[in-house]
Amino acid sequence: MRVRTMKVIILGCGRVGAQLAALLDGDGHQVTVLDRDSYSFRRLSPNFNGTALLGHGIRQDVLKRAGIEEADVFVAVTEGDNRNVMAAQIAKHIFNVPKVICRIYDPIRQELYQTLGLETICPTTVFAQLLREKVEG
Amino acid sequence: MYMIVVGGGRVGYYLTKALLDEGHEVLVIEKEAAICENICDELGSIALRGDGCEAATLAEAGTGRADMLIAVTGDDEDNLVACQVAKHKFNVPRTIARIRNPQNEALFNKLGIDVAVSSTNIILENIEEEVPTHPLTHLLTLRDKGLEIVEVKIPPESITIGKSVRELSLPEESKLVLIISKMGRPRMPTAQAILQAGDQIIALTTPETEEALRTALRGA
Repeated sequence: MRVRTMKVIILGCGRVGAQLAALLDGDGHQVTVLDRDSYSFRRLSPNFNGTALLGHGIRQDVLKRAGIEEADVFVAVTEGDNRNVMAAQIAKHIFNVPKVICRIYDPIRQELYQTLGLETICPTTVFAQLLREKVEG
Repeated sequence: MYMIVVGGGRVGYYLTKALLDEGHEVLVIEKEAAICENICDELGSIALRGDGCEAATLAEAGTGRADMLIAVTGDDEDNLVACQVAKHKFNVPRTIARIRNPQNEALFNKLGIDVAVSSTNIILENIEEEVPTHPLTHLLTLRDKGLEIVEVKIPPESITIGKSVRELSLPEESKLVLIISKMGRPRMPTAQAILQAGDQIIALTTPETEEALRTALRGA
């Protein structure tokens, strides 16, 4: 099955960001990875066809340069919950990106922003749940 | 009133001091132990060590009964989140955030922060006022009304000198309030008032018509 090609911006080129970039790039999507530290781009594979862009993801001019006005999806996976939350809200409320996903480590903040309409994932809760299943299963 | 200040840096410290002097109950939330200690030594035990973006810390600070939360850390994203958590989790009636990047002002307002104060803009405006050749100076912004009060100086070579106010094609959304002559004498901007070199004109305008107003008063 052929998936529709999407323009995806990934904020944060950490382990998760880089791996997601590789997966989506492999699926044929147009991927731009944004990070404020160029050293993070070492995590991208040499075969990565997308764009790596240096800059702060909570700055609207930087996001514009990354092509946020035409983006179909925006994913915020930097190390900072607040940075992710702010970037995701810029993407959703200023640039009207159709799909915005945001990582929030703090379960309480995750719950709050989920009720405020952001699509959020809390790795803390997900991983604890996984571990629980391992322990009890 | 009970006010919570998030961030005990220089801005937070002097703000807290001023609010205490006015007789308010103030609590500062600050991550760094050394800064907390310093505040407690100098202003009394009013500092709580913790992350002002975390609901647990805000609960401990009694945010539920706070009248106002003011976030003045050095990071815009932290100030945004502190205000949003205070507003949506603890129903704080008024939240104020400091912003470093002026681009963020519209975003913060859109996201329900009651007041976003841009320190960068304030400094820029103050410097603008001190630059004598600056064609248009912002004196005051009336936030909720979408209006601002500006000052326009009439330079010696301006083509509008000798014209009356009636002859100027002023934009509809703006209104002249006062003309101050080079000698410091104020006069009313009636339709017959004549513009002179060195006049300072105080006017009310919308940000959108600011440019048209400047052109109408000084010539292109």
